[in-house]
Amino acid sequence: MIINHPLLGPRDASEFTYLGDASLIDRPDGMAENAADAFYDYAYLRDNPAGEHQELWYHEAGDRSWLVVTRNTLTHEISKVELARDVARARGRSK
Amino acid sequence: MRYSGFRVIKEALTGHKGWKPVWREPEPKPHYDVIIIGGGGHGLATAHYLSKVYGLRNVAVVEKGWIGGGNVGRNTTIVRSNYLLDGNEPFYEFSLKLWEGLEQDVNYNAMMSQRGIINLFHTDGQRDAYIRRGNAMILNGADAELLDADQVRAEHPYLNFDDARFPIKGGLVQRRAGTARHDAVAWGYARSADLHGVDIIQNCEVTGLRIENGTCLGVETSRGFIGASKVGCAVAGNSGRVMGMAGMRLPIESHVLQAFVSEGLKPVLPSVITFGAGHFYVSQSDKGGLVFGGDIDGYNTYAQRGNLPVVEDVCEGGMALMPMIGRARLLRMWGGVMDMSMDGSPIIDRTPVQGLYFNGGWCYGGFKATPASGYCFAHLLAKDEPHPVATAYRLDRFRTGRMIDEKGAGNQPNLH
Repeated sequence: MIINHPLLGPRDASEFTYLGDASLIDRPDGMAENAADAFYDYAYLRDNPAGEHQELWYHEAGDRSWLVVTRNTLTHEISKVELARDVARARGRSK
Repeated sequence: MRYSGFRVIKEALTGHKGWKPVWREPEPKPHYDVIIIGGGGHGLATAHYLSKVYGLRNVAVVEKGWIGGGNVGRNTTIVRSNYLLDGNEPFYEFSLKLWEGLEQDVNYNAMMSQRGIINLFHTDGQRDAYIRRGNAMILNGADAELLDADQVRAEHPYLNFDDARFPIKGGLVQRRAGTARHDAVAWGYARSADLHGVDIIQNCEVTGLRIENGTCLGVETSRGFIGASKVGCAVAGNSGRVMGMAGMRLPIESHVLQAFVSEGLKPVLPSVITFGAGHFYVSQSDKGGLVFGGDIDGYNTYAQRGNLPVVEDVCEGGMALMPMIGRARLLRMWGGVMDMSMDGSPIIDRTPVQGLYFNGGWCYGGFKATPASGYCFAHLLAKDEPHPVATAYRLDRFRTGRMIDEKGAGNQPNLH
């Protein structure tokens, strides 16, 4: 697979490390009433879709940026690559 | 029709006109006591034990394609019980004992070959870990034997013992481990289940689960609705999709594992061998091909094919372990979709939906577990309580903190 890095252009997937579903960006509030349930969901349960999947890739052998890659899990076709920090900020995360 | 040597001779003398198809192709009935979704190794084994051991006859297996066409048809056929943890080892040892009697039980030649497995170690730390594992196996009634480098050399002289970085220091052996003919396992279970009255319904894709007031009433399929008192799901890589029909999210990601077969060679490997310094394992099939594999690719996928970086990694592991493999040509390679769980261990349990049961999360170790998985799932379906050797395989163990994490890798499925 070739991942089209937003800053560096097309890079081979072997330069990257895979983490998982991009919902891992949305870390729950540890002080909330339902924190234990929310962290169980966050840490262990997955949508695991057959089709379009947003996922976190780390450019370990490159510029060490985190990317959110939108990829089809049935065909391996990559339709979108964004910097994870841009995605996180768009979702209201400050850091 | 029972298979036997006498039968083979009789058929040989009468022109082989007496062989019959080994299972029926029934139309689905409107209602079953138990429906098993998934006609793979685990689903068919469940049907066999449900009907033969637990006496349930009104049972159906529904399969979207042809039986045995999923992971039971695309694994590396290894059978073993060399696990460490209390939640796992009794289960896998139970499975190995069932393997030892499988062919007599189902009256089908599964070419079970107890040629042994050796896990090589390359450092003192690894040796200590294998001693601990071997002791855990022995405590649970399995067999384990520690070999030093000279003993390994006597059995496997062709290995790369004096590698500068990863010299072979010895190995942990399980002599009762081995290989079995994977397709024959599925066919043998299917034939036995069919003989005990189970309907095996192929080309029948489950498109939905009919759930009313928290109770599962049956399955919607491409051949219409089929009612059931209990529905068991054993669909491996597609677990997330099927259980998603019940609105459930699972502690599972689907990943691809690749496997490889070389051209046929003269007998060179006496047993299954695993490399301790990289992810590579190999055995030789009875046809002579070297059957080998390594790590999963590491990203979510439902495509039954992988990518080249892992092919390179596996072949490098092979060259590091046994350089002679470089002379063999690769004949075939393929991928299977693994239901990778969050601790690397499986789930056999009830679900929050009444009448819906789940069997999955087998990661890349489902084949060796086939008999025990079927037996324990049948026990759960028949008696509504877990089998004694499968009590740790709870669906909610991640919520309660009772993970069974052989590798200690945490909730990162691509590291298990």
